Amino acid sequence: MLETDGVRKAFPGVTALDGVSFSLGTGEVHALVGENGAGKSTLIKVLTGVYRADAGQVRYRGEPVSFASPLDAQRAGIATIYQEVNLVPQMSVARNLFLGREPRGRFGLIDFAAMRERAGEVLRGYGIGSDVRRPLGSLGLGAQQMVALARAIEAHAQVVVMDEPTSSLQPREVDRLFRAIGDLRGQGRSVVYVSHRLEELYRICDRVTVLRDGRLVHTGPLAGLDRLRLISLMLGRDLDAVRSEGLTRFAERARSHAAPLLRATNLSRRHVLDEVSLAVRPGEIVGLGGLLGSGRSETAKAIAGALPLDSGGVSVAGEAVPPGSVGSAIRAGINLLPEDRKAEGIVATLSVRENIALAALPRLSRAGIVSEGDVDRVVDRFMRRLRIKAAGPGQPVGELSGGNQQKVLLARWLAMNPRVLLLDEPTRGIDVGAKAEVQVLIDELAEEGLAVLLISSDLEELVEGSQRVVVLRDGAVVGELSGADVTEEKIMAAIAGTTDD
Amino acid sequence: MTTTTRERAGSLFRRHGALLVLGALLVIGTLAFDSFTTPANLGNIATASSFLAIVAVGMTFVIISGGIDLSVGSLFVLGGVLAAYGSRYGVVVALLLPLVVCGVFGLVQGVIIARTRMAPFIVTLAGLLAARGLMLSLTDEGATTYLVEDDLFASIGQGAVLDVGYPFLVMLAILAVAVVFLQRTGFGQNVYAIGGNEDAAALMGVPVARTKIVVYLTSGLLAGLAGALNAARLSSGVTILGIGMELDVIAAVVIGGTLLTGGAGGLGGTIAGALLLGVIQNLINQIPGLSSSFQQVVSGAFLAAVVITHRVLGGVRDDDS
Repeated sequence: MLETDGVRKAFPGVTALDGVSFSLGTGEVHALVGENGAGKSTLIKVLTGVYRADAGQVRYRGEPVSFASPLDAQRAGIATIYQEVNLVPQMSVARNLFLGREPRGRFGLIDFAAMRERAGEVLRGYGIGSDVRRPLGSLGLGAQQMVALARAIEAHAQVVVMDEPTSSLQPREVDRLFRAIGDLRGQGRSVVYVSHRLEELYRICDRVTVLRDGRLVHTGPLAGLDRLRLISLMLGRDLDAVRSEGLTRFAERARSHAAPLLRATNLSRRHVLDEVSLAVRPGEIVGLGGLLGSGRSETAKAIAGALPLDSGGVSVAGEAVPPGSVGSAIRAGINLLPEDRKAEGIVATLSVRENIALAALPRLSRAGIVSEGDVDRVVDRFMRRLRIKAAGPGQPVGELSGGNQQKVLLARWLAMNPRVLLLDEPTRGIDVGAKAEVQVLIDELAEEGLAVLLISSDLEELVEGSQRVVVLRDGAVVGELSGADVTEEKIMAAIAGTTDD
Repeated sequence: MTTTTRERAGSLFRRHGALLVLGALLVIGTLAFDSFTTPANLGNIATASSFLAIVAVGMTFVIISGGIDLSVGSLFVLGGVLAAYGSRYGVVVALLLPLVVCGVFGLVQGVIIARTRMAPFIVTLAGLLAARGLMLSLTDEGATTYLVEDDLFASIGQGAVLDVGYPFLVMLAILAVAVVFLQRTGFGQNVYAIGGNEDAAALMGVPVARTKIVVYLTSGLLAGLAGALNAARLSSGVTILGIGMELDVIAAVVIGGTLLTGGAGGLGGTIAGALLLGVIQNLINQIPGLSSSFQQVVSGAFLAAVVITHRVLGGVRDDDS
């Protein structure tokens, strides 16, 4: 259906794709995997007309093609669903769904009544019952993703490229998405499926292509391919090393009995948080579980002073932190790694060096004059320690892969010598290798005496990473699990509200 | 999850605030001044506001698309001078000359903005200076004033139906067409999409460059047309009136509820905003002993009040998300 032959694409300083020959069959769901920086995104962009290959050929239905733009590719029937939802948040759901293909009425003018009706009909098929006149941005991320998918399928796409489509979906929504993918396969349409969640790949993909450092290292049927073998292909490490290091395994550690370093008491904000209390000891990693919208991120923001509270307070090592101020939270040693790193964390146009030094500048300067030498030392230390892959400290962060951006953010806060780290989805959207690295890093940091609050939708990560898990539902604490009770089943039971307490 | 009363009030105010205040001012004017609610005075306000309103229609497209057009004031003046100059060759030349020249200005600006992705602020600032320079060279540094020499052309600016001047009717016709284009065609949807999220719009297949070019072309054309109508009304190509007009136009659009960040807004509000500025000026002229320059102070204060109200009523969502 769609194939590339010896495609090469280089950017200044890096060869993103080096002679990749990829082939997608008709009615096939094809997994595309690889570490960050392996060239997945570049390959997708070559397939969908965002980039043009420097060398090699792209063939669609047997014919050589050279799409000038994503629009060109879309018209030919190749649609893309991006990792970060790429729709227009201010426009209504219906308008987003039909942008460019609005139903026409008299005189060729847009027939809004028909558009709304049709949009409601289509979206109900995906389990979205909300008013299609609402601005898209007022829907949850999962629902927005479904709108993006519905949009692609409505456009009669023959090939749908999905880049991390499930990273913001609830399990129920994932099931719905997979049913939709199954329907596509049944209709003879093809899907390129990029995800870091191996379970998902094994659930729905027929074949897999593995990229590493811009080269294709494996392509073949997924069934029968051992999971560890797949991971070793992606990482380029031998099987035994992968097996011994484990993938998402955080080191086990005895429970600490020291007095809590971070204590949050009765955090409340109308409609958002309801008397949330929790405590984290030094050296402890406490997980914060719950569904999207349960108040996880809001709790972290409240502790970091970024969310005004109606009542409740935060203390570090027994000292109250003045409420409602990010500055005083940082002075108290509380640092938040936000969920949406694009919007709330990195400054994409600044360099790696500037991004890392940003928050620590007051520390690295004397009488307001920044010591360049100190900055270089700090930046160098963290780039090496976190193994940040960049052309150099001067490269703009926007050019790095997701995992490396996350590491830059982590470095920024570590440069502050924090006492409390709040990590909101620290491994979301980053590849297996970087994920394991980040997880090991979190563990090391805790060992050094930091109090860590870990938010994750990935239950496995929550269970393996934390000593205790606090479960939220509708902005209130509905359960706290520790020791042997920290299991995926117990967390899910607490979320569902079926526990005895 | 549910829309709060405050959010609804915010959205309502943004969309209809200018209209509400306009209504309130009309009531106040009626109660305070006997000479306010006469057909002649109201007709005068409507006619005098139509030039600003026509330019503001184009600016609304520009701002919704996430851009800005600073050149419209200069193009308005240039259009007026060209129309007066062209009127010696008849009504057709008087109308076509400013449209072609200002259209080319808009087109070139649009092409530069769309193709090189330079900031609209800078590109149209260059356009402002270039158009002003062209106008000054045509008029010997403003010393020469061309008079309108075609009666038919002059009547387009001076004629009236029941105290309402033709320019107002032209404005209504343009508004009607513009509303249809903005709200009911794919082009209009594309303008909103580009202003809302340009990258997403491009990925969804919106012809971003073409849409932007059309938007700036439209803005240039409307500025030239408004200038020509103004020259017809005044029987001469005045070289001073209209300098700095771009800021009044932007004020009218923002008061009308269009967000300067792009992606949201509408034409109804813009027209209400333009009429509102006209009414404020008229009311201040009615107050004896108050200099008409004071109008700028009031308009400025009003603009600030509008923006703050938007922030207070409409900014709630930003904090919660």
